[in-house]
Amino acid sequence: MDKAKPHFEPGGRLSALHSVFEGFESFLFTPNTTSTSGVHIHDRMDSKRTMIIVVAALMPCLLMGMYNTGYQHWLACGEKSFPFWTLMLYGFLAVLPRIVVTYVVGLGIEFIVAQWRKEEIQEGFLVTGILIPLICPVETPLWMLAVATAFSVIFVKEVFGGTGYNIFNVALVTRAFLFFAYPAKMSGDKVFVANDPILGIGGTVPDGFTAATPLGQIATQSGEGGVHLTNIVGDPITTWDAFLGLIPGSFGETSTLCILIGALILLATGIASWRIMLWVFAGGAVMSLIANGFATPTYPASYLSPADQLCLGGFAFAAVFMATDPVTAARTNIGKYIYGFMVGVIAVIIRTYNNGYPEGAMLAVLLMNALAPLIDYCVVQANINRRMRRIKVKTN
Amino acid sequence: MADKINYKQVFFNPFSKNNPVVVQILGICSVLAVTAKLEPAMVMGMSVIAVLAFANVIISLIRNTIPTNIRIIVQLVVVAGLVVIVDQLLKAYAYDVSKQLSVFIGLIITNCILMGRLEAFAMANRPWPAFLDGVGNGIGYALILVIVGFFRELLGSGTLMGFQVVPDSWYAAGYVNNGLMILPPMALIVVACIIWVQRSLNKDLQED
Repeated sequence: MDKAKPHFEPGGRLSALHSVFEGFESFLFTPNTTSTSGVHIHDRMDSKRTMIIVVAALMPCLLMGMYNTGYQHWLACGEKSFPFWTLMLYGFLAVLPRIVVTYVVGLGIEFIVAQWRKEEIQEGFLVTGILIPLICPVETPLWMLAVATAFSVIFVKEVFGGTGYNIFNVALVTRAFLFFAYPAKMSGDKVFVANDPILGIGGTVPDGFTAATPLGQIATQSGEGGVHLTNIVGDPITTWDAFLGLIPGSFGETSTLCILIGALILLATGIASWRIMLWVFAGGAVMSLIANGFATPTYPASYLSPADQLCLGGFAFAAVFMATDPVTAARTNIGKYIYGFMVGVIAVIIRTYNNGYPEGAMLAVLLMNALAPLIDYCVVQANINRRMRRIKVKTN
Repeated sequence: MADKINYKQVFFNPFSKNNPVVVQILGICSVLAVTAKLEPAMVMGMSVIAVLAFANVIISLIRNTIPTNIRIIVQLVVVAGLVVIVDQLLKAYAYDVSKQLSVFIGLIITNCILMGRLEAFAMANRPWPAFLDGVGNGIGYALILVIVGFFRELLGSGTLMGFQVVPDSWYAAGYVNNGLMILPPMALIVVACIIWVQRSLNKDLQED
């Protein structure tokens, strides 16, 4: 490594690739340069560590997603026994190409941009790259993932100045892009269960097989006499199933249990804000209580109990991993309460009162991303005004 | 105005250096609305060229008789008259396109490019340069419309002017049209890309 270094210094023959080299060097080793002047505060929690911990917190969801992908596929094929390791292997093979594609595309763009601006490579994509496969249906074609990842990395992150400057959550914009650009592949009853055998593992799902997500089923039901949720072979889904995550859905967001394990990791290490997380759940619970109190057949989702609302779909995942993104969330503490609460409320409003969009959590977080700076501005201004009044009272 | 006017500049500047859409950022609303397909975008572009050119000439002809305090009303009346004529012509000879453009031909009257050119140029110049200015700005506007319409129709519907250009074999291989391209937000992003390319090619257009 040290031998190769001179080639990448300005003037060396590979100087065009210096930021690639720099990126790998600091990824693998501690930088051997130290600051020469002034006082610098060093914190062991640099952004690389932060990112790694978030990725670690996502691992339970990823593993559960693998198992659930295999489980749903086995169920769809009409199998009766569920061999654990085979299911895991199937899920692993299903998700691997997706993770590889998002990382190659996203990191590729980051490397090129860093090279072009002569900056160091930023590590922001580390988390985004794993979030994207987790929040997309398992049958999303790879090229769509690539297009959507490229779109959101360029237009949401790089044009605003790279990691830490984006106004919207990059992974969520990827999903929103897919959702609006290719609606047939992002919703409905075909995309949430893997259809084909991979490397000879698994069977072929019979034609005409449908596997809508619980929220998708609700959106298409008439709502007379409550809602009925079934899993893909027609057995009813209980809140407990939804909590464990053995239901059809986007890859990594089905299991509320695993999301909560991830949330514990994030909270224990102090990376995510408990204020936001708690208040997203509070907002969702309050709004779904209200919706449930005024349940009408016109909006079938209003029959869902608050517990169901919080467990089904991407709500919990959005609350724990999306809303808490420190770059796009509100920064002030009071702002975080408002921001989190509104995310929860809007998510439930969208999924309950707009049957066209069964999943509201994504749109709610994106909307509040846009409003977060405004919330912060109001909170700061309110504080300034309060202090100004205090001065006036004293001087009078 | 006694100064010598460079006719060439009057005509060609609005194409790129002083483009009404991507430099002055005017008329964005109609760019978002009519560019989902190439054909209505072209018709809209031509309508704006015609209205702008004739409005410029008429206002320029009567510029010395218009009382200053009611000039906006006079300009609006002239534009409104021309817009109604264009609208009727389209209804008579291109009914389908006129259906697609619906209210947006009528809304040419509120297009900031028109009022801008009438106020800024026609009120102060003789008819011939005013005509050139009108045509030039109209073409500048139409150019952007056509570029945006081209990409949106190609990527959003896989067609151009209504003919399918993406081969069936692509669809069979799993290619899907990008539905987001049909929605207005994507027009904004395409315009942004055009601005991006244009600014990076012309250093003197870059702010700060």
